[in-house]
This record gives sequence, structure tokens and C-alpha cells, in this order.
Amino acid sequence: MWQAPEPLLFEMSSPGRTACSLPELDVPETPLPEGMVRDEVNLPEISELELVRHYTRLSQKNFSIDTHFYPLGSCTMKYNPKVNETAAAMQGFARSHPLQPRWLAQGNLGLMYQLQEALKEIAGFAGVSLQPAAGAHGEFAGVLIMRAYHLDRGDTKRTKMLIPDSAHGTNPASVAMSGFEAVQLPSDERGNVDLAALKAACDDTVVGLMLTNPNTLGLFEEQIEEVTATIHNCGGLVYGDGANLNALMGVARPGDLGFDVMHFNLHKTFTTPHGGGGPGSGPVGVTEQLAPFLPGPIAARGDDDYKLVMPEKSIGRLKAFNGNFGVLIRALTYIAMLGDEGLRDVTFNAVLNANYLKARLENVYPVKYGRTCMHEFVAMGDIAEGVHTMDIAKRLIDYGFHPPTVYFPLIVHEALMIEPTETESKETLDAFVDALLKIAEEGKQNADLLHNAPHTTPVTRLDEVSAARKPVLCYRG
Amino acid sequence: MNLDANAKYQDSHEWARQEGDLIVCGITDHAQDSLSDVVYVEFPEVGASLGKGEVFGVVESVKAASDLYMPMSGEIVEVNEALEDEPELVNSDPFGAGWMIKFTPSDPAQWDALLSGDEYQKAVEAEG
Repeated sequence: MWQAPEPLLFEMSSPGRTACSLPELDVPETPLPEGMVRDEVNLPEISELELVRHYTRLSQKNFSIDTHFYPLGSCTMKYNPKVNETAAAMQGFARSHPLQPRWLAQGNLGLMYQLQEALKEIAGFAGVSLQPAAGAHGEFAGVLIMRAYHLDRGDTKRTKMLIPDSAHGTNPASVAMSGFEAVQLPSDERGNVDLAALKAACDDTVVGLMLTNPNTLGLFEEQIEEVTATIHNCGGLVYGDGANLNALMGVARPGDLGFDVMHFNLHKTFTTPHGGGGPGSGPVGVTEQLAPFLPGPIAARGDDDYKLVMPEKSIGRLKAFNGNFGVLIRALTYIAMLGDEGLRDVTFNAVLNANYLKARLENVYPVKYGRTCMHEFVAMGDIAEGVHTMDIAKRLIDYGFHPPTVYFPLIVHEALMIEPTETESKETLDAFVDALLKIAEEGKQNADLLHNAPHTTPVTRLDEVSAARKPVLCYRG
Repeated sequence: MNLDANAKYQDSHEWARQEGDLIVCGITDHAQDSLSDVVYVEFPEVGASLGKGEVFGVVESVKAASDLYMPMSGEIVEVNEALEDEPELVNSDPFGAGWMIKFTPSDPAQWDALLSGDEYQKAVEAEG
């Protein structure tokens, strides 16, 4: 059923209403200096109750993993267990301060140390820094580490970073931020990195390769060991985009596959708040030869306590204090609650759920690369004359599902990128498939029903084109 | 597929047309159709010298942002300022009012290496 849009506070304003009453002035009144008094500010005037109701109503319109299925490909919108919040709210953590002396911060430092150790074990690395504040920040850290490693060896001619055409857009952005040049590699017909093109691009000007495995098509790189060896043979390093670790955790370790450096998205794989509810956290893990370059400080063991140390040739600080500490608590809680077998089951179920959806959908929504997928897959949404992926996505909202990621990766025409995660039941997955199949029927019968969707939301189809061409950025009451 | 019989093409989906001593350049009808509604075009500085294959600008649609590549080397003499207010011209008239840049070619022989309409069409079909 259609719901009315919530008015703006400006529209609810009535002169003289106020949400607070100030005490009487008990000092002499002093006017503001000439020219400093403005009367055109137009602040809303609202009672306390109206204000509370306004924000409560807005909060109830939130679409979140706690209310709905959220198969947003590449984003790993899994359930965030509430026990994480219990741990993060413990007074010893919640009331601590980053400037507390070492002896008074042992619990916090111990938590950081344990999380570093757990991430090292999960990904097969020798060192981890918890500094980076989010995924792209972790990528940036990784590329700076690669740069520092080459410069430390006196190798100054490496300027090119190889990046497959299926990569996340943040990869070339991190490369540009680090002063390097991004060189795009094509994918082969099975969705892997084109090995011949990779070999042709490898020379002594290559910093390394940035690779997501499984890649953004949800496909495991079938020649991963040959890919990493090819880069190593030309003196380069392999960066792993850890965005898709949810498909490997407990089963394969990037460090064992030949990756030299990788960021973790704690806010994806390790159930910390995410999307608008962040902040994120993007720790970076490295092999032994790169550990001296990690951003710091990192937690270490002292003689009989924990301490913070700066790695020997560190690229430096990337964030004030110790990363997004509150997020680290939640990630370690998740890891500790599940243990190694639990984390492995997460991977198995994430992959199983994605393949179940793919098997039920692919006759109607074609999947470009017909391989068994990992934790996500990319279908195509132009399933009827005049129907586009965007129409399918918008119509799903009417059925109570968050749309999948659309039009990414760029190498798939009309991409519809679906990632169910491990936390959904078979009933939910079936309901989602049923909705998609019904939408496909609707598209054939009455394409306009899809073109005008969603129909049930406070605002229906947004005019994204006008919004982008002629943006209105201020309230014009 | 709509093509301009007087233009030549490159597989990154730009067209080029000779106009006196100048080359006019834009993106193809196939490119605008794939991008969907164009919302912004970023231009080079007039006077900039760019080599063949270098990025001369960016076209942004509601779906994606794509780099634009010089079909030949040359010096930019004019950009289509009408697109600043009406980027939709790229969609409605890609080979005409939606042109993007004019440049003086520094190596006119590069013209011969560009694709004909037929060759471009085959390249698009091969892309799938």
C-alpha cells in the first residue's frame, strides 16, 4: 500500500512553536554587533512532540537488513548479530579513551592483538594493521605499502598497476591516489583474467596487480596460482581486494594463493554495521616481506602485557588513534562466536545460497558466464521487450525486497548482481525468486507496470536524469 | 545500428569526421544507447595538445562514467559548450548537435587507420 511522504520540518513549521523553553535571562542583555543579526535564516519552528514524531516516522521508513532481505551484490549485506552490540557496549570498551596509558588500556590493546592474529590466520598473512577506516582506505594503504616496498629496494621505475576490467572502481582510484597509472586487463570468455594479456603486460615497470578473488562476477579465478606467479616473476606484487572474502573464509587463504597484500572489509565479512550505519573498517594484511611497511601503530606483545608499536619502515599513520575501534570489537566478537568451523560454514552457506538462487533464476534471467558461482552471481535484467534491469530492480521494492546491485560490473550488459549471503532461510530465498519470476511475467504482459515502479513507496520512480542534469541542492521553501 | 556514412570510428566508440582542416569528434549512437541518459560531459582545455588514444574528457550517464579517447593526435580548438546545459543532445543527436570536440590533427595520416562504419559495426557485434 502506498504511504504518504513525510513532510519536511520546514513544511511543518508554525511561527512561535518551540521544542525547548530557555530560562529567564539573569544577566544584562547585550545586543549582537551591528550587521551580525540575520533574519532571513528561516529555521523551522516545531514543538518537541512534533519533532519526535517526525524522526520516529522517518526511522520507521528505514529499509535495513533487520527488516528486509537485502541481496545487494558486492556489499555482503548479512545479518549483524546483536551479540556484537552487547560486546561493544561493555563499559570497559565503551568508556575507554584512546589516550589512556598503556597499563590502563590492556583490554583494548589485547582485543586489537587478538583480532590481528585472527585475521592473519584467516587470510594466511604474516602481519595485519587495523588502521584503515574502510575498504577503499585499506586499498589505498595496500598500494602505498607496495610503493614503499619497491622504493625501499631502490626500484623507482615501477609506475603501472594492472587491474582487470571486472574490478571495483575503487581499485583504479586507489592507484591514482598513490600516483601510479592504472592499466586495464581484459577478462577471458570464462570470466577469468585473460592470462595472455596479463603476460603481455608484465615487465619491469609493473608495480603489481590488483585482483578480487572471487572476482566481481562471483567467479573464482581458475588460474589464480599462475596469475600470481606471473606477477611475481616480473618483480611485481599482488594486491587482493578482500571485498569478497565471504566466499573463501575458512576454505582458502589468499596468502596461500600468492597474494602479498589484502584489505579486509570488517563491515562486510565480519558483520559490523555497514551501509549508512557504518563506520566501516578496512584492516590490511601482508606477507612477511611487507610487514615492516604496514601502517601503524599496531598492537604487539610486550614482556608481560600488550603495547602499540610502529613497524620499522611503516608508511605511517592513516587514521587518528587506532582505527575504528568500536567496529573492531564487533568483528572479534563475531569471529570468536563462530570459531573456525563456524566461519567455514558461513562460506559454505553463502556459496550454497547464491548457487541456489542462480539455479532457480538462470532460465529466466540469463547468467553470462555459466559456471558454478561463489557467494554471488551476475544475471541480466533485459528479459522482455522494453524492460531494463532498472525496472526489475524498482519493481522488487514493491515486493518488499531491496534491489540487487545494478549495472555493475560494467562488463556485463544490463547487470543484476545478486548476493544473498549465508544468513537467509530457504523460505526467504524462495520468496525472492518467486517475486523475480513474477516480475518477469509482468514485464512480458505489461511493461509499464515495471517502468513506473515502485508503486508502494512514499515517493515513486525518481527522475534520476533530471536530478543529475539539474540538481536542486537546497531547500527552496 | 545508426552510423554516419561520412564518419570514421574507433572501437572505444568515438566517431571522427573531417570538417575542412579540422576533425570533429563525438560518441556513436551505439555508445549513447548503451550509456543511456547522458548527464554530464567533461571537456579538455581549448589549446590542449593530446595524442591519439589519450583521454580528452569524460561522459557521464545515470549508469556509468566513461573516458573519451582521442581518435587522432591534435590540438583542441573548440568544445561543444551547448552540452553543458543540454547534455541530452548526446542522446538525441550523437552525430550532429551532440558533437564534443573539434581539433587540428597533427598527423593527418592517422585518419586512414580509423575504422570504417562497417568495420566498427563488426567490432561492436564481436563485443556481444
